[in-house]
This record gives sequence, C-alpha cells and structure tokens, in this order.
Amino acid sequence: MSDVSAKKVLFDPIFNNNPIALQILGICSALAVTTSMSVTLVMCASVIAVCAFSNLAVSLIRTQIPSSIRIIVQMTIIASLVIVVDQLLKAFAYETSKQLSVFVGLIITNCIVLGRAEGFAMKNGPYMSFLDGIGNGLGYSVLLIAVAFFREVLGSGSLMGYTLMPLVNDGGWYLPNGLLLLPPSAFFIIGLLIWALRAWKPDQVEEPDFKMSRHKVREAF
Amino acid sequence: MEHYLSLMIQAIFVENLALAFFLGMCTFLAISKKVDAAFGLGVAVIVVLTLSVPVNQLIFNQVLREGALAWAGLPEVDLSFLGLLTYIGVIAALVQILEMVLDKYMPALYNALGVFLPLITVNCAILGASLFMVERDYTFSESVVYGLGAGIGWALAIVALAGIREKLKYSDVPAGLRGLGITFIAVGLMSLGFMSFSGISL
Repeated sequence: MSDVSAKKVLFDPIFNNNPIALQILGICSALAVTTSMSVTLVMCASVIAVCAFSNLAVSLIRTQIPSSIRIIVQMTIIASLVIVVDQLLKAFAYETSKQLSVFVGLIITNCIVLGRAEGFAMKNGPYMSFLDGIGNGLGYSVLLIAVAFFREVLGSGSLMGYTLMPLVNDGGWYLPNGLLLLPPSAFFIIGLLIWALRAWKPDQVEEPDFKMSRHKVREAF
Repeated sequence: MEHYLSLMIQAIFVENLALAFFLGMCTFLAISKKVDAAFGLGVAVIVVLTLSVPVNQLIFNQVLREGALAWAGLPEVDLSFLGLLTYIGVIAALVQILEMVLDKYMPALYNALGVFLPLITVNCAILGASLFMVERDYTFSESVVYGLGAGIGWALAIVALAGIREKLKYSDVPAGLRGLGITFIAVGLMSLGFMSFSGISL
C-alpha cells in the first residue's frame, strides 16, 4: 500500500472512518472515564501511545511471527505496553490513575488496538503502521473528548476543573443536570454524535433492514 | 450467606458490567441482532467468568501479591505489576481448554456455542471482572459468587437488548440514526432502567 499517502493514513480515521462511530470498535473501556475532561485526556493519551507503539512493534516483527500464534504475540506486546503505561501513571499521576481504576488495564482488550495490529500493522511497514496507530488513537480521542466536553460542562458546570457556569449550590445560576454524570448519558451522547456525523457525511448511513411501503389511500367503494 | 446473596444481586443488577461499566460493549453491540446468538454468547460469558475470576483470584493471592512468595524464601518480591499479562494469559488459556473439553465431552454444547468461545478472550467484560476482583480484594468464595453474578448480569443485558433490536428493525428510524445510532439510544434507555435497581441491598 505504498500509494496511500501518510496524510490519508493519519487523518482518515478521524472523521471518514472513525473507529467508534463506524467500525464499532473500542467502545468498551472508555465511556466510564468521560465524566471529567482531565481524566479523559489522560486516557486518550494512553490509548494513542499504546496503539501507535503496538502497531510499530507488530509491524517490525510481522515477517517473523508464525501466523498460527500471531494473536497471542500481539496480545503479549499490547499487554506489556499497557503495563508500562499503567506503571508510569501510578508513578507520575497517582490521583488520575486512581480515578481511571481498572480502565487503563482494559486498554488491552480495547478492540481498536488489537484490530489495528491485526488489520493494518501485519500488512504494512513500520512507519505507516505507526501513523495508522496515531490516527486511530486520535479518531477515538476526538469522540471521547466530545463526549467528555458535554458531560462535564452540562453535568457539573466546569471544564478541566475550572468553573464555567457557577452552580446553584455555590450561589450561582446554573442547575446542573445530574443525569449527565451517570452512565446512561454517555450512550445518549454517542448516539446523537453518530447521528450528527452521519448527517454531515451521508455515505456512512446504514441500509435499513426493511423499507416502509408508501401509504396508499384507496377508495372505499 | 446473606452477604453472598447481596453480592450476587449487586453484581447482576446494580453493577451490571454492560450497562453500568460499559464493559464488553463491542461484542454487546455486534452480536445482539438475534436473540438466539445473544443467548449463546451470554451462556459462554457466564461459564468463562465463573471459572476465570476465581482462578485469577488464586493466582493473584498465591503468587503475585506482595509477600505471597514468602514460602519460597522471597518475602520482599512484589509481582503485582505482572498482573495484567497474567490475567489475559489465564483467560486465553482457559478459553482454549474449555473449548477442547467441550469438544470432547459435550459436543452439543460445543456446537451451540460455536464461534463465540474464541471471541470471549478479547471481551473486556471478562478481564474487567478479574480487575474489579483484584481492586475490591474479594476472598475466594466471594470471587466465585461475583464471577457468576457478573456473568448472569451481562447475559441478561445482551439477551434483553437483542429482544429490543429484533423489534426495532421494523421501525422507521431517521436515516442518520439507523443501525448503530438508535442502538446506542436504546442501550442508554436500558441502562436508565437498570439504574432503578441501585440502592438495593439485602
């Protein structure tokens, strides 16, 4: 795939082929961390790093891996990278790592990382694979950051911990919407974001299973 | 006994892995188009969770935990950083063994589960349950109950969603929301429903 430009590999996954909105990958480990923006940013950085470096590593040894055990090899590479990220977070950002709790570990089973290692890095050179990892990580981050933005601003009236809209409890005017801090809101926001994305790019709309037949008005007699 | 019952109820309804922690979402959305398939996957998840959580509990407490290797003359060794690698290895191995055992002794069940067994290795719900077990420091018997409860909760959620989606495909959904979009909204509403269980304890 030498004819594919680096720019396309890097930016395609962000809107045209978004891993979450179109490929249904990697929704698993992420939604619970979107209640506040700062935690989300840490999570996104971790996913981008793991995705890029696992792609790079898998791509470097792609000709050496026997295909019967490739999944195990990929899993081991990814798990080792996640352990590095987890230990780094515990050492330098202990508070955030407590808030992320098990979700850093769950990057291992994030389908984006394994999916890109299996689907792209096994067939392409190290440089392109590295860019593809960053691109897919970014596509994931864009959606996550959008969700976190709505949840934090409307749910607690602040962004990155700074107050934007003073809350009623503190003598301000904004009555926070508690629902946005609870799990269901993340599903609603992603559903609506997918709607918005598909309204903007209509070629991503799925075909319906059944078509409505037109309502025919018949004469009674 | 009441303690275990309460833990079970909590794992099934209040802390439902799929609807409260978003775990196993990829398979949850991908395999929930038909009730039969969803049920098969649900049973497979229950079996693997009930086995993998206690096994990981034993490994964590007997080998990895700080001071666990004292009997071997290594009282200061703390291997807990190897946890993630070990859990995923245990889960993958367990799924493989389960597949071989089922194939030999229970071919009917093996055929029913079919492709779902290997898929489970990369299901975040399985790894997530093991990580929660470590974080909350469950004892061995607690981990058995938690694994079973978490599995039942996940299976319940995916079968319910599949039931909704089987009816949903006949409805006239706005073009952009068709397919994935409306599924997310439906899952959100289900999650809202499950939230009404919160606060229940026996």
